[in-house]
Amino acid sequence: MGTASGSVPGIDPAAAAAAHAQLKKVKKQKVLLMGKSGSGKSSMRSIIFSNYLARDTRRLGATIDIDLSHVKFLGNLTLNLWDCGGQEAFMENYLSQQRAHVFSNVGVLIYVFDIESRDVERDMATYVNIISALVQYSREAKIFVLIHKMDLIQPTTREDVFDARAALVKRKTAEAVSIVLKQKPEQGGQQQQLQQPQQPEPSPTLTTSVSTTSLNNADPSLNLQLFATSIWDQSLYKAWASIIHDLVPNLSVIETQLASLGQAIDADEILLFERTSFLVVSKWTSPEGERNPYGDRFERMSNILKSWKHTCSKYTGTPRNAEQFSDFEYKMGVTFSMFATKFTTNTYILVCMPPGEARFNSAKLNVAAARPWFKFLDGPVVSAQPQPQQQ
Amino acid sequence: MSFTYAEDGDVPTDARGGPSRPHPVRFISPAALNLHRVYEQNRQRLQKKDGTKVPDPTTPQTKGRPRLLLMGQRRSGKSSISSVVFHKLPPSETLFLESTARIQKDSLSSFMEFQVWDFPGQIDIFDNPNFTFDMDAIFGEIGALIWVIDAQDDYLEAVARLNATILHLHRSYPHINIEVFIHKVDGLSDDYRLDIQRDVTIRIQDELSDQGVENAPVNFHLTSIYNHSIFEAFSKVIQKLIPRLGQLEAMLTNLCRTCRFEKAYLFDVNTKIYIATDSTPEDMASYEICSDYVDVIIDFTEVYGSWSRSENWRERLEGEPWAQPLDNQVACEWAESGMVLADARRPIMLREVDKFLALVAIMKEGSYEKMPQINMNVDVVVKGLTEFFEITKPKDVIGGGPPSAGLV
Repeated sequence: MGTASGSVPGIDPAAAAAAHAQLKKVKKQKVLLMGKSGSGKSSMRSIIFSNYLARDTRRLGATIDIDLSHVKFLGNLTLNLWDCGGQEAFMENYLSQQRAHVFSNVGVLIYVFDIESRDVERDMATYVNIISALVQYSREAKIFVLIHKMDLIQPTTREDVFDARAALVKRKTAEAVSIVLKQKPEQGGQQQQLQQPQQPEPSPTLTTSVSTTSLNNADPSLNLQLFATSIWDQSLYKAWASIIHDLVPNLSVIETQLASLGQAIDADEILLFERTSFLVVSKWTSPEGERNPYGDRFERMSNILKSWKHTCSKYTGTPRNAEQFSDFEYKMGVTFSMFATKFTTNTYILVCMPPGEARFNSAKLNVAAARPWFKFLDGPVVSAQPQPQQQ
Repeated sequence: MSFTYAEDGDVPTDARGGPSRPHPVRFISPAALNLHRVYEQNRQRLQKKDGTKVPDPTTPQTKGRPRLLLMGQRRSGKSSISSVVFHKLPPSETLFLESTARIQKDSLSSFMEFQVWDFPGQIDIFDNPNFTFDMDAIFGEIGALIWVIDAQDDYLEAVARLNATILHLHRSYPHINIEVFIHKVDGLSDDYRLDIQRDVTIRIQDELSDQGVENAPVNFHLTSIYNHSIFEAFSKVIQKLIPRLGQLEAMLTNLCRTCRFEKAYLFDVNTKIYIATDSTPEDMASYEICSDYVDVIIDFTEVYGSWSRSENWRERLEGEPWAQPLDNQVACEWAESGMVLADARRPIMLREVDKFLALVAIMKEGSYEKMPQINMNVDVVVKGLTEFFEITKPKDVIGGGPPSAGLV
């Protein structure tokens, strides 16, 4: 995140009030998860939201029709996750009989491509049909395309393969969109106008990140982001963190408060994780921390902590969705010190500090003291029960 | 594989054979060439020194660095093992490894210097009529021979070759520890694993006792690169090579008693092999959690500790509110870490001993409050461990002279 620490104001009372107004209504976002059968949709979902290990996903069977699940995230955001079976019969059904039912009111479409698929032409044809349907029924939906199973490609050629495939997907998306627009010029023009005010709608901090990364050259109104993913490394967390990132309500409030906390305790970096999925909800980095050469450190932290969680659950014999550790501290001589601790009911916080015992201890106390600032993360209803587990 | 060895100046006989030959008869693999080169070198060296002098095979060789020799059938997973354990290759990436064509020699600078030789599987060094390998160069300074058997494949041939190897070696090098890794057991059910282990054990022991070899030092391990079993097996193998392991274990047992630790491990950080543990019974679960903890710490260190901070960052930290050099602000110059598990508040602690070693311990419930005292005790033990390695290290050098350069 490019939030420069110098320009961050303190906690804005107006923003806080807006946040409170916003959290009154519980948000439900419809998320479509689609792709050809066997491309790994349910595997991803189980790893991110049900705490499966990558190797456990071999046991998953084929999804029949649509598998609906409600994933609670941070207490006040509920994802309405539609895991759509990928067999062609199902796909045709979605595109014909259930078209309006499936594709209306979509917040996010996550489309998964299997990189090893032999029939790319056909995959693309299906993809184009899906995109056409999506553009027709919910124009402002965000589209995330995950080029999946990248672990099956030799490491040296991964980047080239991904670039080639990404270019193809972008071109096909542009084609699909333009065809829909041509077919219904009057409807398209009408929707175009509806489309216009969509841009300034998200919070100011959000737009900067969205406009730089997600606009594709084909159609500025279509939000398309591409990721290379694999269930065997952290790339999966990168993709899902950015999917979730755009959905989190009160994001600007979280970010400002995290920034003021970071400055108060003189930290180098602060990461805020969701409790069960360990996706990075928000982060703050000091100017010194920005010099860190590891650009992928956030998803790496998610991956590390999540696999640690698995180890713990194996050792203690507690269920995987339960919380596994309450406190972690690490002092690396004169290089740095860090701690991760349970923060609010739904979050963990990880703070990276400069070295120094006194600094470390006072930061720990301060983070504990800052907990009430972030109470709103737990949502209007205090959820003491664990996240519902989906199969 | 049948290849004939060409004498110097010999013209290849199949040169006139034309292009229609189905396969080159005179093909000499790089491995064979290399082995021949090693053999020639050693032969010349021996002749130069003294033709009659043969090293006494009955005393165990401690010269140079102890060597682990990985052998087995082709495609049994030897290179995957050494890449996963010693080069931190993710197990899934080992699918892409090329077949090993020559002896792959790795030397590891760790708490103890040892080398790992990865043997090509398609060559049978004893069953080669045309030239023999210099057995002494290969087996002379060996610490342990690790024989890898693919449990998912038909293992009868592998067992037969292992038997032949043991019989060959037993004559001249009776002190070699032979460790059999029954490998790739991850895809098998628990019952079937034990069946295979029993079957292999019986076949080998029967064969050996038929040949009149009793009590051969053969140990069996069930391994897989997809879980911790390969690391545990290597730990057992390496522990046998450590001089005065008993003292090390006594130190850890003592620490466990005074600090009320459930279990303590001394880890080699790079390979996650544990070189000592206390005397309480070992269990896989606590080894797993401790070695994963080392992993977590390594990952955090890489991300946040491997790049240098700017000069004015340091100046600011040493400045007004604290007004002390950074070195005085920290309590311990090595890495130290603690984590509290949520169930029953059971803490785990890690403390770096030196560049290669880390002490990891699981504590009893509720001892997190006594952390300062525990840290002091651990400090003392760490000091003791450092002394221990100071004392044992020069002994190796005195015993073996300068590290033999010709072997790497």
